[in-house]
Amino acid sequence: MNLLPWTIYVSFAGALLALVAGSRSAAAARWIALVTAVAGSALTFLAAREFVSSAGLQDIVNVPWIAGLGVRYHLAADGISLTLLVLTGLAATAGILFSWNIGERPGEFFALFLALIGGVYGVFLSADVFALFVFYEIAIVPKYFLIAIWGSTNREYGAMKLVLYSFAGSALVLAGLLWAYAAGGAHGFGLAELTAAAGNIPHTTSLAIFALVFLGFAVLAGIFPFHTWAPTGHVAAPTAASMLLAGVVMKLGAYGCLRVALPLFPAAFAYWQPVIGWLAVAGIIYAGFIALVQEDFKFVIGYSSVSHMGFVLLGLAAATPLAMAGAVLQMFSHGVIAGLLFAVVGRMVYERTHTRRLADLRAMPLHRLLPFAAVVFVVAGLASLGLPGFSGFPAELSILIGTWQTKPLWAAGAALGIVVAGAFTLRVIQVSFFGSTGAAPAAAPDHPLPPITLAEKAGALLLIGATVFVGLRPDALLDWIVPALQSPVFQAVMKGGHP
Amino acid sequence: MNSLPLLSLLVFIPWAGALLLAVAGRSVSANTSRALALGFSLSTLALALVALGSFDPHAAGYQFTERHAWIGALNVNYSLGLDGLSLLLVLLTGIVSPLCLLASWRIERSPQLFGPLFLLLQGAALGVFLALDFFHWFIFWEVSLVPAFFLIKMWGGPGATRAAYQFVIYTLAGGACLLLGFAALYAATGTLDFTELAQLAARGEIGPKLATLGTFWPQVVFVGVFLGLAVKVPLFPFHTWLPPAYAEAPTGVSMFLTGVMSKMGVYGFLRILWPLFPAPLQAAAPCLLWLALGGVVLGAFAAMKQTDLKRMVAYSSINHLSYCLLALFAVAGATKPDAVTAALSGTLLQLFNHGLSAAALFACVGILEARSGGQRGLDDFGGVRTVTPLFAGFCGIAMFSSLGLPGLNGFVGEFLIFRGVFGLAPWAAGIACLGLLATALFLLTFWQRVFHGPVAAGVAAFRDLDRLEFLTLLPFIVLMFLLGVLPQIVISLFNPLVAAWAAHLP
Repeated sequence: MNLLPWTIYVSFAGALLALVAGSRSAAAARWIALVTAVAGSALTFLAAREFVSSAGLQDIVNVPWIAGLGVRYHLAADGISLTLLVLTGLAATAGILFSWNIGERPGEFFALFLALIGGVYGVFLSADVFALFVFYEIAIVPKYFLIAIWGSTNREYGAMKLVLYSFAGSALVLAGLLWAYAAGGAHGFGLAELTAAAGNIPHTTSLAIFALVFLGFAVLAGIFPFHTWAPTGHVAAPTAASMLLAGVVMKLGAYGCLRVALPLFPAAFAYWQPVIGWLAVAGIIYAGFIALVQEDFKFVIGYSSVSHMGFVLLGLAAATPLAMAGAVLQMFSHGVIAGLLFAVVGRMVYERTHTRRLADLRAMPLHRLLPFAAVVFVVAGLASLGLPGFSGFPAELSILIGTWQTKPLWAAGAALGIVVAGAFTLRVIQVSFFGSTGAAPAAAPDHPLPPITLAEKAGALLLIGATVFVGLRPDALLDWIVPALQSPVFQAVMKGGHP
Repeated sequence: MNSLPLLSLLVFIPWAGALLLAVAGRSVSANTSRALALGFSLSTLALALVALGSFDPHAAGYQFTERHAWIGALNVNYSLGLDGLSLLLVLLTGIVSPLCLLASWRIERSPQLFGPLFLLLQGAALGVFLALDFFHWFIFWEVSLVPAFFLIKMWGGPGATRAAYQFVIYTLAGGACLLLGFAALYAATGTLDFTELAQLAARGEIGPKLATLGTFWPQVVFVGVFLGLAVKVPLFPFHTWLPPAYAEAPTGVSMFLTGVMSKMGVYGFLRILWPLFPAPLQAAAPCLLWLALGGVVLGAFAAMKQTDLKRMVAYSSINHLSYCLLALFAVAGATKPDAVTAALSGTLLQLFNHGLSAAALFACVGILEARSGGQRGLDDFGGVRTVTPLFAGFCGIAMFSSLGLPGLNGFVGEFLIFRGVFGLAPWAAGIACLGLLATALFLLTFWQRVFHGPVAAGVAAFRDLDRLEFLTLLPFIVLMFLLGVLPQIVISLFNPLVAAWAAHLP
């Protein structure tokens, strides 16, 4: 268990090393980044081997940090954290493989990338709200630079919008948590202490505080109607950053909802539950329809992320054991699949054809020019539309079943979302890769497209392997997730009242 | 009872073959790839015959069962099993699939990709006929769409992209309804196992359990599952995807779609909808009978109006499959054991016979297309019989089998269906006769316009069947005669099963 904090330290150390080495040699920076990411990923797997999922939230480090405020450097992990840590390791490794060709300031790029990863690991491990918040902010700052320096279309706008939304979200969270700290008379920021203190807050006040904290986190998870930053930001970001932003950083928001907002205020959550649920359903369907009419390849994927994150929020809102387990599974699944989709669109296609307009791509016989990319995209698209056999299916099925148990209408709405997801995914597969009729490649690119590199193939196979494995053996993750949800705090959430 | 996992092998040998051929890709020659695909495809027939050898039709329940724990958190098991109905359809798949590959032998565009996609489709269809847990079953049900989509789109005619898209979206929407229905069933009962659910239903517990979710949800869940299956069959009026998909697909794929995939929907009705929702089905049966009649009558009349031979055969498929559903709905709504047995036997027999005759007809249209350079209009031919007597003979036999001439296989199934439906819902049988009449009309028109009359301009140069085409059609023709004379070969497989179904009627 003590291995897990090293994921954070290794990532930050790797960031420093990459920064130093990058000024001399791009190759050195790349290799340092890859080794760091693989090491982080290996640490999560090693820790998973000796992890006892039935033990609930297990302390790893717990030392005083800022004594006067009662802030402690408190790291802990349960099956939910572990699932997301494994996801982070995989996404980080794949992200670096897909940025192998970064030529512009590689040292800084990989340093920021690894710093972002370190922050994400930190959030998933924090059991002290203050520490969680610090790591959260550490993750937000590199995002901005990654997009603003290495981004593409409209990058300043995208970066600014994304960061403003993120900061606004975290400001809401901070305000809410400080309010809870003061109103509840807590003596520290530990999750357990705050949860206990939150019980002292009058119901009406807690309704407002919960709304602040939940909304703050949910904005980062792309909750409708505060999702607009996500497609814009993801489109503007360089490939590896979009993979990580959609794949992992959106999960930070959902994780915050699950780990902080819900356990602190189960009664207030019960009050807001219908609103959250309907917003989630609206997001699933609305974002799906928007994705259906996008003319930019990357925007389709951006909106599909919002739609899929809607399932996570729906699972949380339904608050039955199966729905919540499905929500965590969906976080993992979407992290892998969104990473794969962005990799194909941003790295394999855009960097070769220099266009993301579907109208241009339609004219190219891409399935013949880039057969590997076509196969990967078809696989990723099928996984994304929830085809059985891939990780999205057990996740969505669990969420649907869990939602049926309490709110059948939400389940029906979500099912409509599945149909829309099928429609927009097939459309984009069809138009992007198989658009040309084959007879006349009207707008064949004027230069031969460079072949798919080994690094790209390795990254794609890594992510496909993950989604297929979890699709066929969802137990591998559910065996971690389900016991974690049996802890008293989550049981209280599911009951909608204090223990 | 058998240490060899026979059913897993049935499903996974085609898939293993698909993987192997996909990996090999262009490193093997086109002919090697075709031959290997054919070999893997034949494995189904071989294994189905092995299963037939040790199958006991009189044993209750499933045979050759395989059951392993799979997903603990969802109570999902890897569960395969086989009864008379499954065996019938597995045999049909084993017979039709290799012949589809033979009919596709001359495809020159990426044959190394066609084979693996086809084997993927074949394995998925087999999985649907054998899986006994919804999670497991749904994987095959949905995965089958992927190869079908690409087979239609990449090797189909000029409108294939649109047709493939329409086909997949329709079926996906149906799949989402199914998924929603089963999510509700799990939420209410805690299991996705068909057998357990059927036992609950037999005790009348499913409805009340679903009602705990909300008062009108039992009906919604029934409608959801119904829609998912109805789109697949397809039942009128959910059939609009079918004519373009069948018409645009390449010949071998049309044969498989009509010969095997259309059976998946009817199988779903028999294996899932009827056992799980006997009471709602009984309540809905009077309305559903009208839908089935719509398919029987309008399908036949629509076929009569077609000038494209492939679309004509496609509409006739709607007509033939609607007979199966007509009988099933008549049975679900009534309680006369004698007529029920006839109707159900007819349904199962019709499934098998339609698989043979419709696939053979598509193969014949494909042969005409190959001769005429892609033309397949009703008026593009004339006098083909004098130029190619052997082909005309085979095609004629397939047509007469399709319209149910006594002595050929189609007759017995339709006779049993009519005999059953007359006993249960005489008025429906009366109306359905219109469909018989129209079928005879359009098939005879087909026969007369294409094979008789003066030899048309392009037709004089037609070759008669070559060895490959002969081999493709011969098994169909032999089976049509064989089953016309000795239908009990097939009936004996499922007779005890049908008797058991009839005995358990409410």
